[in-house]
Amino acid sequence: MTVVGSLRVVEAGARVYRRTWRGSVISTFLNPILYLLAMGIGLGELVDEGSGGASLDLPYLTFLAPGLLAAAAMQTGAGDASYPVMAGIKWRKTYEATLSTPIGVPELLFGHLGWVTVRLTFVSVVFAAIMTLFGATSAVEGMLAVPPAVLTGLAFSSLVTAYTAKLKNEMGLAAMFRFAIVPLFLFSGTFFPIEQLPDYVEPLAYITPLWHGVELCRGLALGLEYTVHPLISVSYLVVLIAVGAVLGVMTLRRRLIA
Amino acid sequence: MANPLVSARGLTKHFDELVAVDAIDFDVQEGEAFGFLGPNGAGKSSTMRMIGSVSPLTAGTLSVLGLDPARDGPQIRARIGVVPQDDNLDLELTVYENLLIYGRYFGLSKAVIDGRVAELLRFTQLEDRRDSPVDPLSGGMKRRLVIARGLINTPELLLLDEPTTGLDPQARHLLWDRLYRLKQEGVTLIITTHYMDEAEQLCDRLVIMDKGKIAAEGAPRDLIDRYSTREVLELRFPVGTQAVNAEHLDGIAHKTEVLPDRVLLYTDNADHAHSKVLQAGFEPESTVSRRSTLEDVFLSLTGRTLVD
Repeated sequence: MTVVGSLRVVEAGARVYRRTWRGSVISTFLNPILYLLAMGIGLGELVDEGSGGASLDLPYLTFLAPGLLAAAAMQTGAGDASYPVMAGIKWRKTYEATLSTPIGVPELLFGHLGWVTVRLTFVSVVFAAIMTLFGATSAVEGMLAVPPAVLTGLAFSSLVTAYTAKLKNEMGLAAMFRFAIVPLFLFSGTFFPIEQLPDYVEPLAYITPLWHGVELCRGLALGLEYTVHPLISVSYLVVLIAVGAVLGVMTLRRRLIA
Repeated sequence: MANPLVSARGLTKHFDELVAVDAIDFDVQEGEAFGFLGPNGAGKSSTMRMIGSVSPLTAGTLSVLGLDPARDGPQIRARIGVVPQDDNLDLELTVYENLLIYGRYFGLSKAVIDGRVAELLRFTQLEDRRDSPVDPLSGGMKRRLVIARGLINTPELLLLDEPTTGLDPQARHLLWDRLYRLKQEGVTLIITTHYMDEAEQLCDRLVIMDKGKIAAEGAPRDLIDRYSTREVLELRFPVGTQAVNAEHLDGIAHKTEVLPDRVLLYTDNADHAHSKVLQAGFEPESTVSRRSTLEDVFLSLTGRTLVD
């Protein structure tokens, strides 16, 4: 495994993106605007005027925005590790082409995750800028939430890549979005504090990676008190990235060079 | 003789229970065009992936360019070219971008790649397609682009897995012409194919593979001389009566083979055999006399046809 090899894969990702970026413009720019409008402002006004305003102790839009940033990073990370990876393995077989050059499986995987990191950074910075334009946070607060958002997205990307490499077809991808990504999006503290959940469900939220990401983004951007120590959340996400990477090398090897 | 470019002894590949390649031995010399001829599932592609230093061996030894694929995979892959069975191109990119990205994987500079792209597109007759997207290109053009891509690192050895499968006759002949030129330039070629005409056209030497094993080895002409007669008379009888008629053809030829749609008589003189068939009162619906091919060699070795 060489760093140079991985960087060449990152470079390839960038060159492909120069052709295909149009397809991701809507999810990058329009989704944050739509969500912040509908949830942050539309729903937010009701929350702020009702009992929610008192218990949150800050405008709902401000509460929501950093959590939504973490959730958007999750979706980008999982998205880039699902259909594009399936295309590389099975539909276009471009991974097969890459592996017939000096590039090996670990370089392919780390290059892929490296490119996802670049994408996540871009998407998160755009999101933070839109948050700021909406007046949800200051520019500095918004940017503070970018690194934990990238970390969150990467944890998902790493795990989902390993998962995709095991799948025979895309059915499993649709199931993953339906039964994992969407529930996480809704119940990991993005839209409401998990204390609102029934007591017996609450501990479940602590093991979801998105909740840790949301906590970190919100804590860093808004200076709120953390439920668990932030280093625990960071370590948890880093461990997930490492586990996903190890599993990813194993599953890709099995799939591509067996 | 100089050291072979590729040398395999007891080369074996298992996929779980399945034995894809079963302890085969072969040597490929520098500058020759070497073929693996056999039906689908014979183990040709698995062998190619091991030579390409992508897929690890299950057992046996393999040396490629004097190096060990298990240890020196990246160094070997840097010096060989691979033309895979599927056109695994990036369809969203242009012809040029596909070559650029692939060339960068070898660590070639953009300037070097640009120079080679011009030359390779001329060679594969894709000059005017440099900036076209790949998706709308014809099958033959995509195949030629994959060959150009496989040559971007000026390889000493080019691996071609079923290079003309799915192409129309005209596109095949153009491709064969290009491969022939490469050979003349001294590039060593290893080709897998299940087309006997392709093997006869391109290969100096070949092995016939069946069920993971090598059934025979030699130059195309030698194999035909060794395992078949000079000529073949094909007789087509009414549907369902091939076997019945064949039973009574004994003695006319050295050997008789019954296929579902025709009977083959192996003989040194097909016209002579034809007269005897007619004299004996047989009334085939049609007859063809021809020279023996590698298809006949395969049939004689395995009792089956190459393409089913």
